[in-house]
Amino acid sequence: MVTKEQPTSFKVKSDIPFYLIMGVIGSFYIILIVAMIIADFSYTSREHLLLSLKSEEIKYAIKLSLFSCTVTMILSVIVAIPIGYVLAKFEFAGKKILDAIIDIPIILPPLVIGLSLLILFQTPFGQLIESGFQVTYAVPSIILAQFTVACAFAVRTMAVTFGKINDRQEQVALTLGSNKAQAFWYIVLPQAKEGILTAASLAWARALGEFGPILIFSGATRMKTEVLSTTVFLEMSVGNIEAAVAVSLLMIIAGFMVLMIVRMSGRQRFKKPIYVNG
Amino acid sequence: MVEGINISIKQGAFELENLDFLIQTGEYACLVGLTGSGKTTILEAICGLKPIRAGELILDGKNISFLKPAERNIGFVPQDGALFETMTVAENMEFALKIRKWSSRDRKNRVNQLADLLSIRHLINRRPLNLSGGEKQRVALGRAISFYPSVICLDEPLSALDDKTKMEMFQLIDDVRKELNITALHISHNIDEVERLADKVFQLKNKKLQSYQPSFFLQNKKRLLYENE
Repeated sequence: MVTKEQPTSFKVKSDIPFYLIMGVIGSFYIILIVAMIIADFSYTSREHLLLSLKSEEIKYAIKLSLFSCTVTMILSVIVAIPIGYVLAKFEFAGKKILDAIIDIPIILPPLVIGLSLLILFQTPFGQLIESGFQVTYAVPSIILAQFTVACAFAVRTMAVTFGKINDRQEQVALTLGSNKAQAFWYIVLPQAKEGILTAASLAWARALGEFGPILIFSGATRMKTEVLSTTVFLEMSVGNIEAAVAVSLLMIIAGFMVLMIVRMSGRQRFKKPIYVNG
Repeated sequence: MVEGINISIKQGAFELENLDFLIQTGEYACLVGLTGSGKTTILEAICGLKPIRAGELILDGKNISFLKPAERNIGFVPQDGALFETMTVAENMEFALKIRKWSSRDRKNRVNQLADLLSIRHLINRRPLNLSGGEKQRVALGRAISFYPSVICLDEPLSALDDKTKMEMFQLIDDVRKELNITALHISHNIDEVERLADKVFQLKNKKLQSYQPSFFLQNKKRLLYENE
């Protein structure tokens, strides 16, 4: 009970310490990332970078990386859309098991994924595929290794995206005469565009950084199964640290550019009004 | 005419059983009841968005109990309008017509006709995000009646509107009713809406659906709404 002795108004303490503590804790991580990049830049020179770009092996690795990451990104998004939709919108027996299975590539050590893929292609099923076209230690193995991990991240992103979309609009579309597929195509998917772009950029960036599974499943053969991450490993293994750092920087720049372009284009697309009256 | 005979609906642990109702063609029925009593569940079952466990739903003499929502020819106006955010107002209103493969010219004519009826001509190129609550509900109503449905179901369409906008919407719904001789089931919490719009009142109380004449319901509203809950 409030009595005359108890104060009814009081002075609120400053918010500055709160923001300061949050800022200090958060900035440690940001500083760590920025410091790593600055260290890489300071370790190499413009000449080293240009020299690396002129190397035939690195040119091949850049081309193969761009190709494999793009294919992985497309495949990941195509697969992530239906799985993400099912996880977000349906309740069914075994959903938790399916949910856990999708997380396996995220939690497993990359080397284990590479080893598991390698073993899979030693089974009769894998051998059957290999009899048609070579997967192991060839370009398809790079894409498959990247896809196995990148797709899990894309699925998680799409499940969150679809989970945020209000079911009511889809239901209204059904009452207006559309079937499930039409409601999905015309109503749900356009609203998931931003999530699709995020899933795509995440899959691309994750594929670019993939190394462990590629090393085991594809090998690290120069001018054959060499992507940028394996180039860093190969250059390091022969003691060419400058080239390894130069390629690392290329990966950082490429990854950063892709993330920025995708995010900025996504933002513009959704914030810009298309029709304005009056 | 829409009729429910011995309808049972189950949603998780919640269950409604042996519901009977009849709404004649051109009749505007209001469904009242406390929050959580299951009004929206009934509406969703009529629209085909929730399955019924038993009973029959008859629309213009046809059993629609197990038809898909798309096949029922029932318009639906949800509480928040649920407009398609990535489409313009015009695209929202022509969606059902596009699905039905109307020609572009017929779609345009129908959208213009609806826009005039609902006084939203000036909004047709706008996106739902930029509309007020009242404007959104006008568009949602236009979208729901665009394809000449046999019945429209409205789930508290006026609940989030201010008094002035609500009055405008009453007038608008009156105009639409006169123009289209519409059969409607309108969920409401508000006695004003019942007084202004209803030809018939259904009350969902203690999981039972009771039908009243509006005058009787309004005279006995205190007893009917608040006793024996």
